[in-house]
Amino acid sequence: MRFVLSVFLGALALAVVASPASAQSGSATLDAVKARGYLMCGVSDGLAGFSNPDAQGNWSGLDVDFCRAIAAAIFDDPNAVRFTPSTAKERFTALQSGEFDLLSRNTTWTMQRDIALGFTFAGIIYYDGQGFIVRGAEGTTSALQLNGATVCTQSGTTTELNIADYFTANNMTYELLTFEKEAEALQAYDEGRCDAYTTDQSGLYAARLEMRNADEHIILPEIISKEPLGPLVRQGDDRWADIVRWVLFAQINAEELGVTSANVGEMTGSSNPEIRRLLGVEGEFGASMGLTNDWAVRIIRHMGNYGEMFERNVGEGSILKIARGINALWSKGGLQYAPPVR
Amino acid sequence: MAMSPKREPIWADARLRGFVLQALFLAAVVALLAMFALNAAENLRALNRASGFGFLDQVAGFDIAFHLIDYGRASTFLDALWVGLLNTLLVAVIGIVLATVLGFLLGIGQLSSNWLVAKLATAYIEFVRNVPLLLQIFFWYFSMMSPLPRPQSAIEIGGVAFLSNRGLFVPRIEGVEGSGLFLIVLAACVSAFFLLRRLSHKRRERTGTPLPMLPISLGLLAIVPAAAFFLTGVPFTADIPVLAGRNFTGGMAITPELIALVLALSLYTASYIGEIVRSGIEGVPKGQAEASAALGLSRGQRLRLVIIPQAMRIIIPPLTSQYLNLTKNSSLAAAIAFPDLVHVFAGTALNQTGQAIEILAITMIIYLAISLLTSLAMNVYNARIQLKER
Ligand SMILES: N[C@@H](CCC(=O)N[C@@H](CS)C(=O)NCC(=O)O)C(=O)O
Repeated sequence: MRFVLSVFLGALALAVVASPASAQSGSATLDAVKARGYLMCGVSDGLAGFSNPDAQGNWSGLDVDFCRAIAAAIFDDPNAVRFTPSTAKERFTALQSGEFDLLSRNTTWTMQRDIALGFTFAGIIYYDGQGFIVRGAEGTTSALQLNGATVCTQSGTTTELNIADYFTANNMTYELLTFEKEAEALQAYDEGRCDAYTTDQSGLYAARLEMRNADEHIILPEIISKEPLGPLVRQGDDRWADIVRWVLFAQINAEELGVTSANVGEMTGSSNPEIRRLLGVEGEFGASMGLTNDWAVRIIRHMGNYGEMFERNVGEGSILKIARGINALWSKGGLQYAPPVR
Repeated sequence: MAMSPKREPIWADARLRGFVLQALFLAAVVALLAMFALNAAENLRALNRASGFGFLDQVAGFDIAFHLIDYGRASTFLDALWVGLLNTLLVAVIGIVLATVLGFLLGIGQLSSNWLVAKLATAYIEFVRNVPLLLQIFFWYFSMMSPLPRPQSAIEIGGVAFLSNRGLFVPRIEGVEGSGLFLIVLAACVSAFFLLRRLSHKRRERTGTPLPMLPISLGLLAIVPAAAFFLTGVPFTADIPVLAGRNFTGGMAITPELIALVLALSLYTASYIGEIVRSGIEGVPKGQAEASAALGLSRGQRLRLVIIPQAMRIIIPPLTSQYLNLTKNSSLAAAIAFPDLVHVFAGTALNQTGQAIEILAITMIIYLAISLLTSLAMNVYNARIQLKER
C-alpha cells in the first residue's frame, strides 16, 4: 500500500506542479540542492557493491559513491547527501515525483525509460548484462539447459522482460516468479522454489554472497542482455543532467590521466594541459556549470577516480572481486570512454 | 387591512439551500478534478511522456507464472489486467469462504462451555490478530517451502497428484464431446431438486406431509446424473501431471504462492470474523436461548435454528467489511510473487509503461467496483434474512 500511496502522490504531484523554472545557475535542481544544503540521491534497498547500508545505516557502493562525488563537486563535502532507498518497482515514480535529485541505482538505460518515462540518463557507470545463477550440484552448465525451469527474480526490472525474450527466442518454456523485493526473491531461490535466479551479473555476484552456502551456486556463462547501468535525472533540467554527466566524465578522465585521490594535490602543478583543464588550473569549466573551477579536484580528492571507485566497491578491493572486464578504460580494451575537457 | 402573508426569502428554505450548496460543492469537485486532469495531461506532454489508454493494446512483453486464462509474452497489457483481476478474485473468493467457515467456528468456539475449546479459540484470535499480516504471509510461504521435497522426489498422492516445492499438481478434468449435454442434464436435475424441496416445505407447512424427498433426491442427484454420465459416453478426461525434466507438466498447479497467500489471508481474517461472530451471538437476548431450551431444542438446534439466524443481523455489516479487507489485503501478494491485480498491473505494467495515472485510475475503479458489488450482495442477503414481520 505504501507503494500505491507513493505512486498516487507522485501522480498528484504531476497533476499540480508546474514545470520548474530555472533561476541563477541555469539549473533549478542545482539551485534547490544548494539552497537545501545537501543532495537527495535515490539508491537501492541494498545491493552489495552498488548501494548497501551497513548495520549502522552507513551506505557504501559504487552508486552511492557516485552521489558522494556529486556532493563533493557541489559542496566540497561528500557527506552532504541523503540517500533514499527505493525498490525496483518504486524508483521511477519516486524520481518523477521529486523524491530525489537523481537516481543512482543500478538502473539500465533503455529507450523506454529515456523517452516514454521522461528521464535523462547521464552516462554509463557500469556495463552489465543479465545472467543466471543456479545450484551447481544440479548439473546445469548453460542457460540453454534451463528448459522448463522455474526462475526467481525481482519485479519492476528489465530482467523480467529480457528473460521472456530469451526463452521465447530459444524455444524454451519457463515459469517466472517476480518478487517485489530482492530479499524474498533470493530466499525463495535459496529454499529451492526456483531452479535459477536471474538479474544483472553484478547483482548475481552480490546475490551469491547472500546464500546460505555461497559455494554451492554457480553463475552461468551466458549473458542474455545489455544492461548499461547509469545515473538518471528527470528530463527538463538539461543543465542538471550536464552536471551529473560531467562528474562521471571527470572521474573517467581522471583515471585515464593518472589523477588519483593520492596524487591530485601534486597534479594541480602538472604541466599537462589536459590535466590542468580537468583540475581547473586552466579554463572556466567548473564555473560554466554553476560549480567552482576546482570541482574535479574536490571529486577526486574525496572519492577518487573511476578506477579507484570501481576497485574499492566491486573490484579486487571488495567482497565481490569482479574483474574490470568491459568496464576497463577504452585504452585498456574496455568500454569506459569520456569526452575530453576542453 | 388584510395582512399579506409574509414571504420568506428563498435562502431561508433549508431544503433548497441544502440542495444548492451540494450542487455547488459537486461542481467544485468536478472542476477541481478536471483541472487536475488537464494539468496532468499538460505536464505529461511537456515532459514528452505518453498518456492515454492506447498502451492497453500493446504487447506486454513479460510472462506471468499463474494465469487462469491464456497468457504469454506476446499478450497485451489488457490481457495482463485480466489475468491479474481473475487472480485477485480467485484469492478473494477462496479466502472469504475459508475465513467465514473458520471464523464462525472460532466465534462459536469462544462461547463454548468446554473450557479448553473456549480458551484455545480466544488465544488463537488474540495471537493472530496481533501479528502483522505480511509477516504471516512470509511465515506460511517460507516455512511451507523448506520441508517440501524437490519435484524429482515429490510426495505422490494416489498416483495422480504430486506435492513438491513447486506446488500441488492435481489432475485437470477436461470435458470432451458430450460433456456439454451431461452438464445440462446435471444442472436441470439440481434445479429440479431445489424446486421440489421448496414445494415439499410448502406442502408440509400446509398439510403436514412433505413430499417423499428421499427417493426424489436419490433419483435427481444420483441415478439420473449417473445414467447421463454413462449415456454420454463418460465425456471427461483427466489430464494427469507427469514429471518432465525439472518440473511437472500437465494437470493443474496450485502454487505455493497461492496456497500461502490464501492461507494467511483466511487465517488472519478468520480471527476478526471470530470476534464478530462472538459479539453477534452475545448480542442476541438471553431469553431467546432460554426459551428455545425450554422448548426442548438441543444445543446444536438452539444455535442453528434460533441464535445464529438472529445473530446474523448483527454479524453481517461488520462481516462485509472483513470481506472487503480480505480482498484489499490480497494486494500484499506481490511480496511473495503471486501475480494479483496490483502486482501485475499496478506493479509490473505500471513500471514498464510509466503510465501511473491511467493504471492507478483503472486499478482503483476495479477495487471500488469489487467493493461495491460485495457490499451490494451482502446487503441483499442482509435484507433477506431480516426479521419478517408477519
Ligand atoms: N538493471 C535492471 C535491474 C535492476 C534491479 O533492480 N536489480 C535488483 C536485483 S540485482 C536490485 O537491485 N535489487 C535491490 C533492491 O531492490 O534494493 C533494471 O534497471 O531494471
